Amino acid sequence: MPEQASAGRRDAKSDLMVTMTPGGPPENEIQIESSALHLFGKRIHEVTRMTLEKLGVKHTHVFVNDRAAFDWVIMARVEAAAKRLYPDLTGEVLPEIASPARPTARDRMRRSRLYLPGVNPDLMLNAGLFGPDGVILDLEDSVSPAEKDTARILVRNALRAIDFGSAERMVRINPTPAGLQDLPAIVPHGVNLILIPKAEKASDVTEVVNACDQIATRHRITDPIWLMPILESAKGVLHAEQIGAAHERVAALAFGAEDFTRDVQAERTVDGRESFVARSLVVLGARAAGVQPIDTVFSDVENAEGLRASVLEAISLGFEGKGCIHPRQIAVIHEAFRPKEADLVHALNVKGAMEEAERNGSGVISLGTKMVDPPVVARALRLLRVAAEMGIDVAALAPKKEG
Amino acid sequence: MAEMVKNAVGRLVPQEINGKPQTPFLGVAKFEPTGRTVGTPIRACHHYPLDKRVPNLRAALEKVGLRDGMTIGMHHHMRNGDMIAVPLFDAIAEMGVKDIVFAPSALFPCHEPLIKHLDSGVIHHIEGSMNGPIGKYCSEGKMKGTAILRSHGGRYQAIQDGDLHIDIGIVPAPSADMMGNATGAYGPSACGSLGFALADSEYADNVIVVTDNLVELPCIPWEIQGMSVDVVVEVPKIGDPTKIVSGTTELTKSPTRLLISKYVADFIEAAGYLGQPFQAGAGGISLAAIIFIAERMRAKNLRAPFARGGSTKVLVDMLNEGLIGAILDGQTFDLAGVESIGEHPRHVPTTPFTSYNYHGKGNWAPYIATAVLGATEVDTNFQANVVTHSDGYLLHGIGGWQNTLFGECSILAFPLFRGRIPIVMEQVTTVCAPGELITVVITERGIAVNPRHRNGPAILERLKGSGLPLTTIEELYEIGLKMCGRPEPPDVDRDHPVAAIKWVDGTVIDTVYKVNR
Repeated sequence: MPEQASAGRRDAKSDLMVTMTPGGPPENEIQIESSALHLFGKRIHEVTRMTLEKLGVKHTHVFVNDRAAFDWVIMARVEAAAKRLYPDLTGEVLPEIASPARPTARDRMRRSRLYLPGVNPDLMLNAGLFGPDGVILDLEDSVSPAEKDTARILVRNALRAIDFGSAERMVRINPTPAGLQDLPAIVPHGVNLILIPKAEKASDVTEVVNACDQIATRHRITDPIWLMPILESAKGVLHAEQIGAAHERVAALAFGAEDFTRDVQAERTVDGRESFVARSLVVLGARAAGVQPIDTVFSDVENAEGLRASVLEAISLGFEGKGCIHPRQIAVIHEAFRPKEADLVHALNVKGAMEEAERNGSGVISLGTKMVDPPVVARALRLLRVAAEMGIDVAALAPKKEG
Repeated sequence: MAEMVKNAVGRLVPQEINGKPQTPFLGVAKFEPTGRTVGTPIRACHHYPLDKRVPNLRAALEKVGLRDGMTIGMHHHMRNGDMIAVPLFDAIAEMGVKDIVFAPSALFPCHEPLIKHLDSGVIHHIEGSMNGPIGKYCSEGKMKGTAILRSHGGRYQAIQDGDLHIDIGIVPAPSADMMGNATGAYGPSACGSLGFALADSEYADNVIVVTDNLVELPCIPWEIQGMSVDVVVEVPKIGDPTKIVSGTTELTKSPTRLLISKYVADFIEAAGYLGQPFQAGAGGISLAAIIFIAERMRAKNLRAPFARGGSTKVLVDMLNEGLIGAILDGQTFDLAGVESIGEHPRHVPTTPFTSYNYHGKGNWAPYIATAVLGATEVDTNFQANVVTHSDGYLLHGIGGWQNTLFGECSILAFPLFRGRIPIVMEQVTTVCAPGELITVVITERGIAVNPRHRNGPAILERLKGSGLPLTTIEELYEIGLKMCGRPEPPDVDRDHPVAAIKWVDGTVIDTVYKVNR
């Protein structure tokens, strides 16, 4: 047993540092310093006491250094510190569910996904308000190896305590096999989609599926948990199709440029020539497997123009989504994905022609003097569905003559 | 302790403060002033040489006859770069003078050293704004007298009406001549407008101009007229230019604040106020909102006749582009603002008299369509607080906040919580404005229009179908309660008032109490 254990972050907004030392009376000694002491001192004390009691911690001195953290953060930090001090503790102290997770569709819109470091509760709280299609609570690269245990508990509590609105609730676990240890903390708590980093073969996916299924069965979870393997090595990219087709719960394949360029020993450039072939292979593999191809993040937060160009390029290659690391990138991405009005008008006309052909019992759909092929019809219907998902009032665009 | 009486917002307020009788807040536009405004003693010009200079602050104070118990006024255009207030009170302490009432138009963190003069009794109490350290000092009941907080307009009203008599007005001036004509438009410590000095220069019995840039006669333009000035003092430096104005005004990077700013702009557009006069500030949300508003005005080819500021580069750019017809500038926040006020004929300095004085024949505030403001707390009746935190500590001044509530649409915009501390409360700690003057509360978690504001129902009608996230103040309160928990009430000593909050007409709207530690 260590002589002392801490968890959390000192002097970080909406966070706290909990330090525990064994010794003292059975009911624990709790000492609190907080920027919200006058208003929430009693509550912080009560939440700390209750968490320790549920974990079965006794005879411990607990020092809480708080910067106005929410209860679910206090519970996570206390639990993490206790488990560091007493590694045999197995209990979990779960916050109440703020808003039950809604199941998501396999082919739902995934234009933007906002990465949130699994160590920082402050960035998680409002993430859903910025309107991303998905939020990713990250347990991988943004979490140092020494903080994997605390991040897992914090992310678990965030999944329960935060209302992410209409955003799909995603978690990026660590690469397998270590990443399998992340699953018990997320599968029972309303995750919609799991990102599997550094996927290189079909078994990387099936291992995760099997582990998820075991946990889901145990917790009677019936909502599907989708998977998005990230291809970020030469091997992963070359196996895109088999990874995409590894299981029916794979919904998308994502490309990871940073690790990929390192793996192939290329230099990452702004125009991304070094990853052009790889990105195309990811699109091809995903399409062959019938899943969504999703592009990498654009990491220069200040450069909105560069982001816009990068999204337009991704769209032209066939990608359906882009990663973001800052909320301000979301609107730029969504704007770039917005269908052009002329295309929507054309799609409406195609749909109208199709309906007319149905009414007439005609097998041939024609628009003016031109015949319309079935793939064109399918594409038009899909465009109209996507536009509706984006909240575009398609009905307001009256079908009109195309110029 | 003075007798307390319940006022029109249901708060107990003292009937007497520092020995002077007070009127409790009676309601908006209920108090009718009588009598005449005050004047200064009659002087004869044969006592005043053209060259009014004396060697230093002490000599100036001796010359105007500083005595125990006098009131000293001072403007705050040097903001956190002020280098006069602290040496001024050091000089007063050296002279052995005591029990001064200090009445600055605002205080800043740089004024923390004044605490030693409060401790020693050189300063009896402060009538003006509060800031962090001095506010804390006052909250802990350490000030000898009771502090009085007034808005910028309220300070002018109090001086003009004789509620606050200034014996000596100190006017730090970025440029001045030997007669006392002065301007803030240029000089090494240029600050732009000098508007807050007007009341002191007009009504103080004695006026001391302090400058670090003596210019050839006559100092043009003379925002302060030499004919009201008794003495001129030259010092090496009146302020630290880097802290008087900022080099560039930074746009907030906080995604939550940007989201709120976007809602503010969306709201202003949907409510039909785009292209009408607006109040501008330099706060994160308000500044970002102006940038969004400018974009929409440009897109719709709209032009507002004027903006009241708080000038910044953002506002100056709008003036130069023709999006606004004039800037009425109460205080200049950045270098672009200072440069523009010196050069652009339609960027003019204004004063609390023209902008905000409630006891006058009008002021600009009611002719503003929208003002975007902050608050430390708002309650479910839309009563709002800007001076104390929920733990009872008095940490901020009122500024122009109360005064700008009289326009068509007063917008309180803020993140719904600071850390886990909710802003929408059941009861505010301190009432700084009655709820009927707050039009709307805009947060990242919804927009609540006040149905009891005179324009509230009409605005709600116009917002139908706007797609804005409309909610109610009760709902915002519930969200806060659910996410943060119920805060404990402030632990204060109700038998020990430490400060009074004045309404714009000089009546007392609330009391601040000593915080128990």
